[in-house]
Amino acid sequence: MESTIKDRPYLPFFHFLGKRTITAINSLGAIAIFFSLAFLKIFRRKQTREIIQQVFYIGATSSGIVILVSLFTGMVLGLQLFYTLNKFGSEGALGSVVALTLIRELGPVLTAIMITARAGSSMAAELGILRISEQIDALYTMRIDPLRYLISPRIAASIISFPLLTAFFDLIGILGGYLTGVVLCGANKSAYFYRIHSYVDMVDIRGGFTKSIVFAVLVSTVCCYQGYFTHLRTDSYGAKSVSLATTSAVVISCVMILVSDYVVTSFLM
Amino acid sequence: METPLIEFREVTKRFDKKTVLDKANLTIYENQITTIIGKSGSGKSVLLKHIIGLLSPDEGSIFFRGIPLDKMKKKDWEGYRSKISYMFQNNALFDSMSVVENIALPLRQTTSLSKKEIEQRVMSRIEQMELTEAVSKYPSELSGGMQKRVALARALVTDPVIVLFDEPTTGQDPIRKNTILSMIAHYRKQFGFTAILISHDIPDVFFISDRILLLWEGKIAFHGTYEELTKLKHPMIDEFLRSIEGLRDELTGLLSKEMFRSRYALSLGGGQADTTITAVLFSVHFDRLADLIGPQSAIEVVKAFGESVNTFFDPFGGFSARHSRGEFLTMLPHLGMEETEQLVLTFAQRLKEEALREIESLARRKMGVETSFNITVTAGITEGGATEDIDEIMKKAKANQKIIAICQSCREVGSK
Repeated sequence: MESTIKDRPYLPFFHFLGKRTITAINSLGAIAIFFSLAFLKIFRRKQTREIIQQVFYIGATSSGIVILVSLFTGMVLGLQLFYTLNKFGSEGALGSVVALTLIRELGPVLTAIMITARAGSSMAAELGILRISEQIDALYTMRIDPLRYLISPRIAASIISFPLLTAFFDLIGILGGYLTGVVLCGANKSAYFYRIHSYVDMVDIRGGFTKSIVFAVLVSTVCCYQGYFTHLRTDSYGAKSVSLATTSAVVISCVMILVSDYVVTSFLM
Repeated sequence: METPLIEFREVTKRFDKKTVLDKANLTIYENQITTIIGKSGSGKSVLLKHIIGLLSPDEGSIFFRGIPLDKMKKKDWEGYRSKISYMFQNNALFDSMSVVENIALPLRQTTSLSKKEIEQRVMSRIEQMELTEAVSKYPSELSGGMQKRVALARALVTDPVIVLFDEPTTGQDPIRKNTILSMIAHYRKQFGFTAILISHDIPDVFFISDRILLLWEGKIAFHGTYEELTKLKHPMIDEFLRSIEGLRDELTGLLSKEMFRSRYALSLGGGQADTTITAVLFSVHFDRLADLIGPQSAIEVVKAFGESVNTFFDPFGGFSARHSRGEFLTMLPHLGMEETEQLVLTFAQRLKEEALREIESLARRKMGVETSFNITVTAGITEGGATEDIDEIMKKAKANQKIIAICQSCREVGSK
């Protein structure tokens, strides 16, 4: 055995790589099953109240931060694009460029990242605490399916809230672009809205919403999965495991948002 | 032969390389309180979690009324689970829900009862558990004892057939511990469920238990009644009982049963045939008191009485222990029968003047002037010798018991 390792010094590397790959594939499979089961349970009885509560929490209470971020994103876009387009004498196209950038790309992505930071992290932390304090086991003992009661409403609420908040983001972002591009820098007001109307097609809006739904599924599933299975972490226990689960939930969600953004965009183009 | 309600046959459970249950066999019968005792980390909670299905055995089978759980159809399994409630060691209450929401949760989520029916059932449990003032509070705003009562109310709100209690008295003061155990015994009588509980509260938990199971190194080392357990001379059981039983009874301050036994043996001077000792068996009967003013007040009566016995007889070289909920045995090694009789009369007088008055004021505060109740104290005096064990002495003393004090709606009417 010793001679084998000496002869093939790259073996430990492949061993490590193989192990990590198998773990990753196992996790992906587990997440897919977790999502499928939770998704199917959205349509069970007594879900409306829980879903409305989660829509309020994920959607309504996140709207403030989404509006703030979208306003400044739109304002920065207005400034930067006016400056760039001005070089080519095409500042008339400002409205369409701001709107298309927001609707097709920045709206869904930044909304998803903001919701991940605000609601996704709290989903993971809350579920993690429920898990380590045996409240999830308590649900099971009361014959309340924890997946149906805790996870399904969060996934459903995310699927409802993400596109709505994305729409808000787009709208406020376009107004932000108008503020800087038209009001501050002096681009033509009529041209700004006319170009938006002329160049933004339904397919762009549909694409943006498709992305936001994909992000909703990914973020809610990853955050819920990390929190729900906090107790299975091998790197820590108790409160520490909740904090690590929350960190993992946010990091993985953000990475997944950007990776899936590319994948979905390439399909939509 | 009666079919057990729950039966474990050769159940083995391992976590990684550690075997927690090792071919464990046990039976639990309907309408009994079965207490599981064992060292910390011996697998008691694991055993309970197998019953409710939170864990499943690696080997062996668990049967419910003779039907193996792992062979049950989904509908039967759901039916089985609907009969069980579980009270967690740390209560596992939902922090973000108020008391009333916590208790109503299983009814809201698993039944099709109307809002009004749910409210009625929840409020009735809240009243029974004396939680009326905590209805809209959150678990973090409640004391440990109140949280336990909320957890108990939640466990009982679905009218379960089997209730599993995982260390329901951990972290409670002696009065609360006894109150919780009394509540379990009381509600078991009232609602007729089968209780399986894990507890280290010796001797109190034994007073309410019909059967005791000792889990030792993954196996059931003993199952039987409390009397059988105490009579069984097994080094392992002795070691275990000594390890968890303190020197004194936490509630009353009297000696623990083990210490009482040692003092008794010491008083008899190593078993000399001619040595005798005088013993008095006191019993406190408080008929409707527990129902009227709640189990906690009944425990306070026991506590007050135990303290009186301790304070009064200690200066005469006497030593006492509680042998069941309301039975106290006092040994007086230096006194004869006549002296003891005189002493008991003086004690009865003091009891009426002090302890019973205290109990009366406690009861009056709780239920007002109108309600009537009786508290009767009886005493039986006897002599014991080196050849007699404590059980025999108790039997003899019981036969001699007479009423020494009655508190009738706490107006004294008897003295002898």
